Amino acid sequence: MNDTVKPLPRWIDVGLIPIINVSIALLVSGLVILAVGENPIEATKVMITGAFGYDEGVGYTLYYATNFVFTGLAVAIAFHAGLFNIGGEGQAYIGGLGVGLAMLLLDASMPAVLLVPIAILSAALFGGLYAAVPAYLQAYRGSHIVITTIMFNFIASAIMVYLMVNVLINPGQQSPESREFSDAAQLPFMHEIFGWFGVTIAHSPLNLSIVWALICCVLVWVFIWRTKWGYEIRTVGFNETAASYAGIKPARVIMLSMCISGGLAGFVGLNEILGVQHRLLLNFTAGYGFTGIAVSLMGRNHPFGIVLASVLFGALYQGGAELAFEIPTITREMVVAIQGFVILFSGALAYMITPWMTWLYNRLSRSAVTPVEAEG
Amino acid sequence: MEDTFLFVVLTLDAMLRVATPLILCAMAGLFSERSGIVDISLEGKMLVAAFTSATVAALTGSPWLALFAGVSMATMMSLIHGFACITHNGNQVVSGVAINIIASGLTAVLGNAWFHRGGQTPSLPSEARFMPIELPFAEAAGSIPIIGTIYKEMISGHNGLVYVAIAMVLITWWVIYRTRFGLRLRAVGENPQAVDTAGISVAWLRYRAVLICGLLTGIAGTYLAIAQNASFVRDMTAGQGYIALAALIFGKWKPWHALGACLMFGLLDAVAIRMQGVSVQLIGEMPVQLIQTMPYILTVVLLAGFIGKAIAPKAIGIPYVKER
Repeated sequence: MNDTVKPLPRWIDVGLIPIINVSIALLVSGLVILAVGENPIEATKVMITGAFGYDEGVGYTLYYATNFVFTGLAVAIAFHAGLFNIGGEGQAYIGGLGVGLAMLLLDASMPAVLLVPIAILSAALFGGLYAAVPAYLQAYRGSHIVITTIMFNFIASAIMVYLMVNVLINPGQQSPESREFSDAAQLPFMHEIFGWFGVTIAHSPLNLSIVWALICCVLVWVFIWRTKWGYEIRTVGFNETAASYAGIKPARVIMLSMCISGGLAGFVGLNEILGVQHRLLLNFTAGYGFTGIAVSLMGRNHPFGIVLASVLFGALYQGGAELAFEIPTITREMVVAIQGFVILFSGALAYMITPWMTWLYNRLSRSAVTPVEAEG
Repeated sequence: MEDTFLFVVLTLDAMLRVATPLILCAMAGLFSERSGIVDISLEGKMLVAAFTSATVAALTGSPWLALFAGVSMATMMSLIHGFACITHNGNQVVSGVAINIIASGLTAVLGNAWFHRGGQTPSLPSEARFMPIELPFAEAAGSIPIIGTIYKEMISGHNGLVYVAIAMVLITWWVIYRTRFGLRLRAVGENPQAVDTAGISVAWLRYRAVLICGLLTGIAGTYLAIAQNASFVRDMTAGQGYIALAALIFGKWKPWHALGACLMFGLLDAVAIRMQGVSVQLIGEMPVQLIQTMPYILTVVLLAGFIGKAIAPKAIGIPYVKER
């Protein structure tokens, strides 16, 4: 008798189990929809049609996905270093502030060709620096980064409220918003870009940021798996003690990974402020930073997985809006609940089904092997 | 002079009211974190309890049933946290984030579906709420200068749950430092191997800690929804769970210190409300945002080791895996 337990093959571990986990999350969400007296299958149909059924819906789905790629990558890069960055929300907020300040200062005096790179840089700089403070406190003073980044989310929100209400507000206006940027300081919408080539697509907030999001995915992949710094980050994440024996300085790795993480989160400001709103305002981050946690967990901290998870969450956001419109009993917050379930089942309970799968896999493979062994 | 005195007393009175959910949540977090389970889901559990209690109070009209229901649901959420962190060795922060997000989404969806008021529950009549209790002789004592005013305006006339919260600090201190369970609880947060070697179940101890945590956040949420306010409003906890967590850390995971931090943060909030638009000599108009963020800033400064040192329980956040 062969009693050794075979480990799960890779395709089950990184392919099947995450899919099952997400399915459980969606199933539980379906139960919630049942509980409010609606038909989950009907709701799913409305959501899928809303997200992918027509041009405009696809545009919105991808526009949301753009934000999630940024915040998902941000969470992922910190995860690789063994850090949990819950501060994506605050870093995105401050990143947007960076974009807004740069544009308010420069939009009259520069052409778009210069303004867009400046916006990208200032988003990364502001987001990165805002993450650098908790990173420094973790690296050199031992303060736990989870707690400090939570606190920094609240501090960011207070800073923004103060600045918008007292400093940056457009004079003679009630709502706390800045003046609108000049035309040069606006990223073109995708429907405009397609229009230049004579292709007509429906209007949506989808803008050029999505291209930058995809470039970021490639850059992050190269950085994590093909550079010395990425190697150091992964080593520290895997085993900090071993890393320092190998001559890697964990404190520097923490600083590096968190600054990049904050910078990536800051790009939400690019999509929202430079791409869509064209002015600085409050609450444009709308929880995207927290969704990044779900996206990163679902995408297993890999850029490719993050793109897939971002599109799924983009679809959930857009489909959720449609759902709230079609079935008024279910509000948009349903998407927030679904997001929570995904974090629970693909994150906290990620290994819940692994023992079952191991048992099942061994059972199945043994019964497949036994006849051959009998012959031998 | 008289006016200033009354102003101070009334501000302290407001401080107690604001600090009550913080105190309850900080004690809740204390039990959980002292046993080694990080709990950033105080916020979510409180929100669930607030929603449940407001719903039950609206349907049955009984505040006691509402309290029971609120506590039960918060405890349920705690059990999910325990199931993920204790039974399945999941990441405790991830689980906490999940519970917070689920709570925020679910309460809004269910509230809207059941009551059709944009996530708000119906406004409760006073019979369905916990109302302020006048302590004996409050009226009579009011005429005595200073002490009488303090007694009437600040100490008397609070909600019953306010007194429960204060009592809870004493009980927490007693349980943690004066009982066998408390000793074991502290041990399991510092060195679970030793507890396990002594033949005591680490998992069961931690489950009990998490259950107490659920119970206390349940009371806190109920207080918010049916004592301090008269209905549930979407995301009504508004970060108070995190402030309580900050207070717990600020109080170095000790009951009396945490109480002090809660009162200080409550005072900051009470002052912030009163300072709105008030111009102070020399400084000019104080930015309210600055006062409101003080708890977060102070906690970061403390964590950075600039004012004292906050040392967390040693085994916090690390799942206990029995060696085979």
